[in-house]
Amino acid sequence: MTAVGIIFPNIHDNKIPELTKMRTLGSVPFAGRYRLIDFAISGMVNAGISKIGVVTLNNYQSLLDHIGNGKDWDLARREGGIKMLPPFISSYENAAAGRYYSTRLEALLGTVNFFKRCKEDYVVMSDCDVICNIDIKDVLRQHVESGADITFVTKMTTPSKGETVRIVECDEDGNVTDIVGAKNVAEKVRTFINVMVLKRTYLLNVLDMAIGHGYTSFMQDVVCKNIGKETYKIYDYTGCYAKIGSMEDYFDCSMKLLDADMREQLFGVKNRPVLTKIRNSAPTRYCEGAKVTNSVVAEGCVIEGTVENSVIFRGVHVGKGAVVKNCVLFQDTYVCQGADLNCVITDKNVIIKDNRKLSGHETMPFYIGKNVSV
Amino acid sequence: MFKKKECVAMLLAGGQGSRLYALTVKTAKPAVPFGGKYRIIDFTLSNCINSGIDTVGVLTQYQPLVLNEYIGNGQPWDLDRIYGGVKILPPYQGQKSADWYKGTANAIYQNLAFINRYDPDYVLILSGDHIYKMDYHAMLQAHKERGADCTIAVIDVPIEEASRFGIMSTNEDGSIYKFSEKPKNPDSTKASMGIYIFSKDKLQKYLTEDEADPESSNDFGKNIIPNMLAAGEKMYAYSFEGYWKDVGTISSLWEANMDLIGKDPVLDLGDPDWRIYSRNQSTGPQFVSDSARIENCYVTDGCEIHGTVINSVLGSGVKIGAGAYVKDSVLMGDIEICSGATVNYSIIDTNVTIGAGATVGAAKEEAKGITVLGEDVQVPGGARVEDGAIISEF
Repeated sequence: MTAVGIIFPNIHDNKIPELTKMRTLGSVPFAGRYRLIDFAISGMVNAGISKIGVVTLNNYQSLLDHIGNGKDWDLARREGGIKMLPPFISSYENAAAGRYYSTRLEALLGTVNFFKRCKEDYVVMSDCDVICNIDIKDVLRQHVESGADITFVTKMTTPSKGETVRIVECDEDGNVTDIVGAKNVAEKVRTFINVMVLKRTYLLNVLDMAIGHGYTSFMQDVVCKNIGKETYKIYDYTGCYAKIGSMEDYFDCSMKLLDADMREQLFGVKNRPVLTKIRNSAPTRYCEGAKVTNSVVAEGCVIEGTVENSVIFRGVHVGKGAVVKNCVLFQDTYVCQGADLNCVITDKNVIIKDNRKLSGHETMPFYIGKNVSV
Repeated sequence: MFKKKECVAMLLAGGQGSRLYALTVKTAKPAVPFGGKYRIIDFTLSNCINSGIDTVGVLTQYQPLVLNEYIGNGQPWDLDRIYGGVKILPPYQGQKSADWYKGTANAIYQNLAFINRYDPDYVLILSGDHIYKMDYHAMLQAHKERGADCTIAVIDVPIEEASRFGIMSTNEDGSIYKFSEKPKNPDSTKASMGIYIFSKDKLQKYLTEDEADPESSNDFGKNIIPNMLAAGEKMYAYSFEGYWKDVGTISSLWEANMDLIGKDPVLDLGDPDWRIYSRNQSTGPQFVSDSARIENCYVTDGCEIHGTVINSVLGSGVKIGAGAYVKDSVLMGDIEICSGATVNYSIIDTNVTIGAGATVGAAKEEAKGITVLGEDVQVPGGARVEDGAIISEF
């Protein structure tokens, strides 16, 4: 049994426009040293998948820079490895192929040749909006054993306020009976977490049919129309989970990392490490007078001041007397002496000058864009 | 299929490092962890690639498993190349003879075939047991400009320490007129750093002659350099200024680690223009909890700190329990200090557990010496490890 992975780093970009102005959702930094796509790639690599297609749309320079030739995920391969699949836009106006996709189905149609050339039996698809450590090998095993046409990975969870979710209803045997979109759900429901497994030949048939019928939506036109006719199964994922649907979600998810269980289930799973680009930063230096509590800190930082309840990325400098509370400081943020930050998210290379006082609120973190100096 | 290389580096990494005791029982000295996430050999390998030298032979002999695994195909240092790259060169069995490396010069002699494949003009000889950042390219330039046969990197040492080193006496133009190995009454403070650039033909000539001499101890410092000097070859000293430390002893290894911390650390590894590369672990970021106190420390990813850590260097995957106390110590990696345990003035190798309430070492001011725990040592809860003890099995 072999499988190929497909990752969509751009779907859901619009959910956090601040962070995706300069990058894809997949290349949004997370947890001090990762990008969101790392969780999807690592899950697949840990399941023994060695060929992964990344279906990009736009703004993907940062993603290319992050992934490189894939060697940090062991994906610099002669056979397979990581394949970037940007939109195929022809320079001839009337060429048949050639426009930016707007749905998952259109994205897949643009990469149909990739699937045709693959020899793998199964396809694992994943978006980049969910932070988790799924045992993809087990999902594949269940998929093969159950003989399902599509297996949807689901999670019992209470959606955050304002979050749009796809609720999956199923019978006792795990057969999908309905999939409904919903917003502002305040109870625990079974939601689809945008990871699914299907047979490659099945996918190719679906894509053929979609072209014939002019379908545009994978969920509405393909899946929902066939519930009850085709075998759709669920796979309930029970591990740690955080979904990024908004800037507030991003902030909350970051703060979840301060929880020991979350860290253990995300980074501490045996044989399922989360891999990321290696930056060769030096270790972090906590200076005399530094006061750090309840924080996640990456390498390459110099901490001279106070840090509390925060997530600090690689290469951040917190100056003397500076106070950083409830913050998420991206790579190479420089906080000068005496500055005071509370509930602030700084993007890469932000400089906070001496004695500046900035504060957001837990429900409304204050975001400072890339390369801005305050 | 080989391309000519101007300069090939040969890195002597076969030494046992016996003065590191418990730390080199299972590992060759160049593979001993340093500065949290590095191993000693990272510095020489990174210097090579940062100096534009992409062909490096690593001569191994003693306990090579960890070192071989660590170097692998050289990818972390960008030394995985089609032409050149890093190559491990162990002693081998030849048709007529099979020899261990008898000395530094013999080790290179046995690998002349490797060097000649690249048809280099120059050969850089390095050792894998120093911590320093150095541009070998600048040294090579000096060698070429002076038309030297051999250039030896030297560093100024205090006169009272000079008798521990090989000392070069030089003329004003840097040419060497006298070399004395560990002199009792040194007349110069220019100490050899064990870094040599030879013009290849001269190196080959002197190595071959040295090999033919049954009385020779086949050592660069004892034989090759004095022989070349006696024969009147053009030999120059190349002065290096900057941080350089031999980490061949427990105390110097401890000191070098401490040079990374303090008010203005003398050793800075964060310079983006001269990165030190290493094989990185795939661990999560570090976590510092509510109950932690962490001051003047150097900490690698994958650490989880709930206790108190002061003046210490922590490698990847070190867990320090609540109420544990660590001071003036080097914890190399994958170490668990359980709650209530105390570690003072110690070097602890990888994969060690210190049980709850155990005591290791004594406060630096009162200790008899640095306490050392070797790889895989498990200290049971409540136990006590005397200060100055060196333990490879508990």
